[in-house]
Parts: sequence; structure tokens; C-alpha cells
Amino acid sequence: MSSLSTNEIPASRWSRIWNSKMGHSFRGNPVAVVSLAIFLVIAFGAIFAPLIAPFDPYDPGQIDIMNSEYPPIWIEGADPQFLFGTDDQGRDLWSTILYGTRLSLMIGLCAVALQAVLGISIGLLAGYIGGRLDSLLMRLADIQLSFSTLMVAIIFLAVTQAMFGSETFNQYAIYFLIAVIGVAEWPQYARTVRATVLAEKKKEYVDSARVLGFGPMRIMVRHILPNSLSPIFVISTVQVANAIISEASLSFLGLGMPPSQPSLGSLISSGFDYIFSGSWWITAIPGVVLVVLVLVINLLGDWMRDVLNPKLYKG
Amino acid sequence: MTDIIAPDSRPLLELKQLEKRFVLDKGFLETLKLRRGRIVRERRAVHAVNDVSLSVARGEALCVVGESGCGKSTVARLVAGLLTPSGGEILYDGARTDNRSRAGMMPLRKKMQMIFQNPYASLNPRMTIRQALEEPMHYHNPAMSRAEVRDKVAEVMRTVGVDPSWSMRYPHEFSGGQRQRIAIARALTVDPEFIIADEPISALDVSIQAQVLNLMLEAKEQRGLTYLFITHDLSVVEHFGTRVAVLYLGTLCELADTRTLFENPKHPYTRALLSAVPQLSDDHPKHIRLKGEIPTPINLPQGCPFYSRCTYANDRCRVERPLPVQKPDGSAVACHAVEEDRLDG
Repeated sequence: MSSLSTNEIPASRWSRIWNSKMGHSFRGNPVAVVSLAIFLVIAFGAIFAPLIAPFDPYDPGQIDIMNSEYPPIWIEGADPQFLFGTDDQGRDLWSTILYGTRLSLMIGLCAVALQAVLGISIGLLAGYIGGRLDSLLMRLADIQLSFSTLMVAIIFLAVTQAMFGSETFNQYAIYFLIAVIGVAEWPQYARTVRATVLAEKKKEYVDSARVLGFGPMRIMVRHILPNSLSPIFVISTVQVANAIISEASLSFLGLGMPPSQPSLGSLISSGFDYIFSGSWWITAIPGVVLVVLVLVINLLGDWMRDVLNPKLYKG
Repeated sequence: MTDIIAPDSRPLLELKQLEKRFVLDKGFLETLKLRRGRIVRERRAVHAVNDVSLSVARGEALCVVGESGCGKSTVARLVAGLLTPSGGEILYDGARTDNRSRAGMMPLRKKMQMIFQNPYASLNPRMTIRQALEEPMHYHNPAMSRAEVRDKVAEVMRTVGVDPSWSMRYPHEFSGGQRQRIAIARALTVDPEFIIADEPISALDVSIQAQVLNLMLEAKEQRGLTYLFITHDLSVVEHFGTRVAVLYLGTLCELADTRTLFENPKHPYTRALLSAVPQLSDDHPKHIRLKGEIPTPINLPQGCPFYSRCTYANDRCRVERPLPVQKPDGSAVACHAVEEDRLDG
């Protein structure tokens, strides 16, 4: 009997993932495959930007104002040095986009990590402990949700900018952005997590953990949380896309990353002044990168939601 | 009866006038109701367990039977400390447990364990069997080394008939019977002396039920366990129980030794229950047909809860609630008709 049951070769983690239900559905879904491929290419470019980029856009020594507004190389009058042309300050647009994507992705991921930490802990507490604490936390979430994220962010960033002055603000802009986007959207997580916790805590394995004498922290973190992961994954992908968009919007409005360290949003914004003078590429190319990045993340999120929650109505 | 009480004769578990109400109308607005054109305040509650007193002696298997919704599982959960009673006392080994904090319950958690009804839900789907079994052992015996814990888990797994080489698998890779064995193993990891089993075999295939039941009996013999066994299956009671408590609408009808109860059921409800067990020899089954509806546990009748369906009921039954009365053969019956001896007449 034991020879029957133990003769299989222990599968490696990778092949387990590849052969799982999720892996199977992934292979059968060309949209998901293409999305992940594009996302990986963008992420690779962003992570290895210092190695790939021909210029360092943060180094003023490499910028020559005389190079400004060269068109991309497929248009007449281009300088072959600059693949996508240059922006208004003479920076190589290709390098700047790589560095900008790096910033955008980093802000997006860190902001979502902050949202997740806040939202998951609040959601777990509200769902598991319930009662008054639940009402209190969920009303707080309602209040938070009744302000639009952008409004909160604009007010907060405008006030901090005025308080610390542009110089200091620009230096720490990335942290302010992460903080404000992270804090403004925690209710999304908290509500999702609370809903799953409410469903999970009625199951008998939670009762059995209580009968075994485990404490509430242990039950929440080791028993309920691992069983609530699938909605968390789904919401995380969507929230990364949202955070990137929020960051871009804020930067576009001049409240985000400074022009000396442009993210995709501030690049789009800085090119906007020149769009009618013919230099459309400064806005258009980073714009396309942003749209593609957000689109593939959303498509991946959609696919993940379909796989992890088949009961969901697909309208 | 002697006055000297030996230490062993103290019941392991004692329920005194245990009561549990689940409040339906929570909050102020829900308590407002319109009755005859008038707004009145009313707080409805489901009376799940009413005034149940019983005791479980060391080494016995007390079975609690009754139809669905009669409060059997609530009793189990109250005893396990998953619910807090609305009234009455629960004594374990002479000490009250119902008002203790979680920390106060900790020493009891090693002595008292629970096996749940649905083995598909009672194991954490994201934990391997090894993790599920090692966790309680690590938690309750922090001094034990990894190797000791592993050996102990393997030993427990062998006693319940699950191959320790399967321990790296997840619960969904097992069948219902195997899962219930694993759930039993998890309860046994902390070396309990008392096990609450809440319909442990009712979710299983009939062919597996006997195996699991025998496993539980074996564990009882080897470890000297005491069981509080909740079930609705009377054939299981006959096989497993030393004593039986019959519940109806959260009220204790009859409490007797298994043999006494099966040979000489006294309460009209017990008789009806027993007559419903199919017999192979039956050519002309004499089922006692119960007529009428079960009253809702929200508005309990004033008198005997079984009044509306009982053929022997009279006016006294309607207004006065019967209390359990000790009979010469050791059983306790809560019935006016039995008390007045007008059942067989």
C-alpha cells in the first residue's frame, strides 16, 4: 500500500505551479500570457534601467539643452543617439522613460504594500473580533471612501508642499506619494478582507483551532489569512494599476515627482506644454507606456479574478 | 447510596440548569414591533437549550440524541467553550468553566478536545496534515523538540490508521473517512481525557461510519477517554453509548443507561424515536406517528414542550413544565404522564 502511495517523484515547486489549476488556465488564456509577457518586459526594463539606459537622466552633466526636442529616430531630423528623441531639456526620452517606469512601478508597488498592510490588519480585526470594533472600523472606512483618493492626495500634497517648501518636498516626494496613496485606499482592502474573514470564521476549522486553545492572533494570521488570500491577490493587481494611475495623475498636476526625477506622469505633464509646437512624442510615448502598463496589469487582474473566483458573475 | 463520595465518583463533567438563548433582535430598532396597531418593545430569542442538567462520569460515553434543531450541537459547543451559556453552570472536574477567560481555559484545552461533524470543513485547507497535527503539539508543549513532536505525530497517525508518509499532503487529497481520522488524530495530539464529538460520523459514508466509530472506541479503551457524543443516529447510540440523554426542543426528556432506554423507553417522545428505527424483523412496523408541529424555539410553550405532539397530554401538561424524576431503574424522565403512571393504562 505504501509503495503505491509513495512511488511518485516529489514535484518541484515550479512544476507544481505549472501543473496547477491556475497554471493550466494561464496557458489556455492567450490574453493572460501576452499580458504577463509585456508586464515582465516592462518590469525588466524598469529594474535594469541603469544597465539598459544609454544615458543617466538624473546626471545634469549628461544633459545638453542644445539637444532638446529631437524627434524619435524614425522621423526626419532625428539624432541617431536618441531612440525616442529628447524632451524639452535635452534628456534622452528612452532613458527617461525607463527611469520613469521604474519610479512609477516602485511607487505603485510600495503604495499597495502599505495599503495591504493597513487594510489586511484592519479587515482581519474587524471581521474576526466583530461587534463594536467592527462597526467603528467600517464606519471609518466609509468616511475614508467618501473622500475621493485624488482629493485627499491633492490636499495633503499641496499642504505638505507649502509647509516644507518645494526643495524639501521634491527630495522626499516619492515617500509622500507612497504614504498618501497607501493611506487613501486602505478601505478597499479592509472591506474585501473583512468579507472573506466573516465567511471563513464560521467554518469548523476555526472552531477547532479555538478548541485547541490557539489565541486570536494565531487564528487570524495562521488560519484565516491563508484562506483569504485569493481575493487579496485579485484586489492587489487592480490596486497596483490604480496606484500607478493615481501617481501619474498627481504628477501630471504638478504635485508628484519633480521634473528633475520624472515619473511617467510628470514626463507626460512636462511634454504637454510642447504638444502644440509639434513635439508630441514627449507626451505620447510615455503616455503609451503608461497605458500599456496599466492595461496589462488590469488584464492580469481580470484573469486572476476569473480563475480564483469562478462564481463571480461575468457581465 | 452511601454518603462517602470517593474521589473517582465525582462526575468529570456536570451541567447545571444550563441555558442558552440566541438573541434575534439585536440593537434598539429591531426590538420595536407593531402589535395591534401599537408599537411595543420586544426582544425575541431562540431558546436553544433550556434548563438542561446532566453529568458525565469518568470513562463513560454519554450520547445526546434528538431531532435536528433540538439543541444537541449547542450543548456540545457550550461544553467546549465555543459559546457562553446564558444561564446555568458547566463544571469540569468540579471546577466551573463557563465564566473563564481564554487564558483560564488554557489548562482545560489539553484535557478537553472536540471532533466536528464535517471533516471537509474542520481541517484547514491550506495546512498539510503534518502542520495541522504538529501545531497543537508545539503550542501546548513548547519544551518538546522538533524530532520529539515529529515522532509523536507519526505515532498518533499510526494509531488512527493514517500512514505517516502521507503527512506532507493537504486535506483535499484525502477521502472523508481519512479526514475524519486525521481530525481525530489532531484531537488526540494533546492527550485529552475528554472528547466532545459533535455528530462525527453523520457526514460520512455508511461503509466508513463503522470504521470511524470503532476507531473512537479503540481510542477510548487505550487512552481511557470519556466521550460526550452528539448524534441523531440511534443505532450508533446502541453501539457506542453507555448512557443516553434525549433532548427535545432544548429540554431534557429522558436520561438513562443505554440498555434501560432501549429495553424500556418511558418518555412518549423516546418511544416514538425508538419506534422509528427500522428493524429487519419488522413485517408490520408499528411506528408511533407523531402528529402536529414542533413548536418554534422562539415562543416556547408554557408547559411540556412535547405537549403539542403527545398523545398522552392532558391539561396539566399544557400549563406545567415537567421536571426530570428519578426512576427506580436509574433513569430520569421528565413527563407528567410517566409520573402519574397513566401511560400504559
